[in-house]
Amino acid sequence: MGESVILGIKDLYKSFGGVAAINGLTLDVLEREVHAVIGPNGAGKTTLVSQLTGVGLPDAGQVVFRGRDITRMPAYRRPHLGMARSFQITSIIHDMTVLENVVLAVQAKAGHSYRFWESAIVDDQLTEPAMRALTQVGLEAEAMQIAGPLSHGEHRQLELAMVLATDPELVFLDEPTAGMGREDSTRMVSMLESLKGSRTIILVEHDMDAVFALADRITVMVEGRAIATGTPDVIRADRLVREAYLGEDMNTAVK
Amino acid sequence: MKSLTLRGWVTLIGLVVLALLPVFINRQLPLTILQQWPWLGGHFDFVTFLTGQEFYLVLATRLVILAIAAVSLNLILGYGRMISFGHAAYLGIGAYAVGIPAYYEIYNGFIHIGIAVVVSAAFAFLTGLVCLRTRGVNFIMITMAFSMMVFFAFVSIEEYGGDDGLVIEVRSEFGQWVNLENDTVLYYVCFVSLLGILYLIRRIVHSRFGMVIQGARGNEGRMQSLGFDTFRYRLVCYVIAGALCGYAGALLGNFTSFISPEMMDWTRSGELIFMVVLGGTSSLFGPVLGASLFILLEEILSGFWLYWQLIFGIFLILVVLFAKGGIDSWLGRRPER
Ligand SMILES: Nc1ncnc2c1ncn2[C@@H]1O[C@H](COP(=O)(O)OP(=O)(O)OP(=O)(O)O)[C@@H](O)[C@H]1O
Ligand SMILES: [Mg+2]
Repeated sequence: MGESVILGIKDLYKSFGGVAAINGLTLDVLEREVHAVIGPNGAGKTTLVSQLTGVGLPDAGQVVFRGRDITRMPAYRRPHLGMARSFQITSIIHDMTVLENVVLAVQAKAGHSYRFWESAIVDDQLTEPAMRALTQVGLEAEAMQIAGPLSHGEHRQLELAMVLATDPELVFLDEPTAGMGREDSTRMVSMLESLKGSRTIILVEHDMDAVFALADRITVMVEGRAIATGTPDVIRADRLVREAYLGEDMNTAVK
Repeated sequence: MKSLTLRGWVTLIGLVVLALLPVFINRQLPLTILQQWPWLGGHFDFVTFLTGQEFYLVLATRLVILAIAAVSLNLILGYGRMISFGHAAYLGIGAYAVGIPAYYEIYNGFIHIGIAVVVSAAFAFLTGLVCLRTRGVNFIMITMAFSMMVFFAFVSIEEYGGDDGLVIEVRSEFGQWVNLENDTVLYYVCFVSLLGILYLIRRIVHSRFGMVIQGARGNEGRMQSLGFDTFRYRLVCYVIAGALCGYAGALLGNFTSFISPEMMDWTRSGELIFMVVLGGTSSLFGPVLGASLFILLEEILSGFWLYWQLIFGIFLILVVLFAKGGIDSWLGRRPER
């Protein structure tokens, strides 16, 4: 874990029709750390990820990526800086095959796509990295299937494969284990463990076992604000956090 | 070679019929042999039925030209889910790109087609900048509005006949090799153009560019999060479709010898949409099948009832409601995934 800041968030605000979803949030994310963001439902975690990836634009505040102000940069330009995102609610292209979904992710990083003649799906430069990403998440056997009808767990794996295929330096994972059973979820966590250290990961997660197993640091969000940031031990011990959020579950979740 | 499906057979037979049609009509081959076949000659004299009937060549030429227009519309409508209700504007632009130079006695076909393609592309680019920022019904309305602007522009230009239209006396000239004044030659130019454009679209659809367009159809937000500027890719796609349809318009201008703003009326755009939907969106040959059925039905129905458009309209609505995927899916293509 390096000590330099990869993503600086300063005084961020975002409200929807008068309701503040992000309410003055300040946070520094360090190079190559796994930074977990936890908080109760509606705390603004997904909204935060959206503001950081350009899907929505903040009302006020500043987002700095490696010294560069990206607050208002359109979403489609951010992946070219090395950012990638997975969605809490699975967002894939349902009418394409699994492989085509991942090929598109590879294509996004492989220069422009104003190439009109050669077939993309037989291009080794695209399919090889795509198959590698699929193998990494254990979905290579389903490569040729249409993505839509696959199971929820497989959709989640595909989400992650699309993130990995872009070979990002900063990854936002919005509840990668959302809706997964025990087994799938354990597999997902060990997969994420293998990514640890090679890139920066901002992990939004409700599963406390996963969070405490993976995170280098944890930020607790309540009502659009970061009420505490620190190592798992510090967060575990923080009285404010216990009172505001973790409460009784804390003892069972953290053991 | 893989064995052909029913759909493959229909496509193949359709193309062969289109390719050989003028041969039958012009009696240029020893078709008398055919006439002597007992199973033909005895019951129905197919050859005399067709031969010498210029009418069928005219019908087929119109069919092929409209098929090109429908195929170009399908690139944006089927593969990109950009439901343009103004595509006939490009047919008009292309036709006037033949008519207006001819009015000034410029008959060079390369100039005609050059103007048709470039002006259509430019029109698609400028209007695309605006309408591609909208979605759904708004997109439909704005594309229609732009096409009506062109319609009224031509209605108001008295020099070129206004709403009375313009008569084209001489067809485009392409040197000594291709003489469009000959109806059979014109037909084959159209037919070969259709084949070429089908091949082009096939390449585009499977290319990296085509993947982006189809990805944006399925999930635009995700495509942006992956790093694609979907607006620009869509714009380029919109321009390609416009340019191709402009080319079809130049062929139409040669074919009809009389052009008028009515060619780009919104009802004409609606007909193109129906051809695409009828045949099956986002299938390569679907629009060709759709255009064929459209033209044939129009011909048959208008033959025996004045209010044929009524039946036709009901038929089309039924197709849209009940035959998702169009004719193409009845013929064994799995419905849109
Ligand atoms: N597009 C939107 N329009 C209106 N309100 C929204 C929108 N997105 C989020 N909100 C509101 O903002 C608040 C924060 O929502 P957000 O989805 O960011 O929470 P979250 O922390 O991700 O919750 P969860 O743990 O349930 O995923 C909620 O009150 C939510 O209703
Ligand atoms: Mg959320």
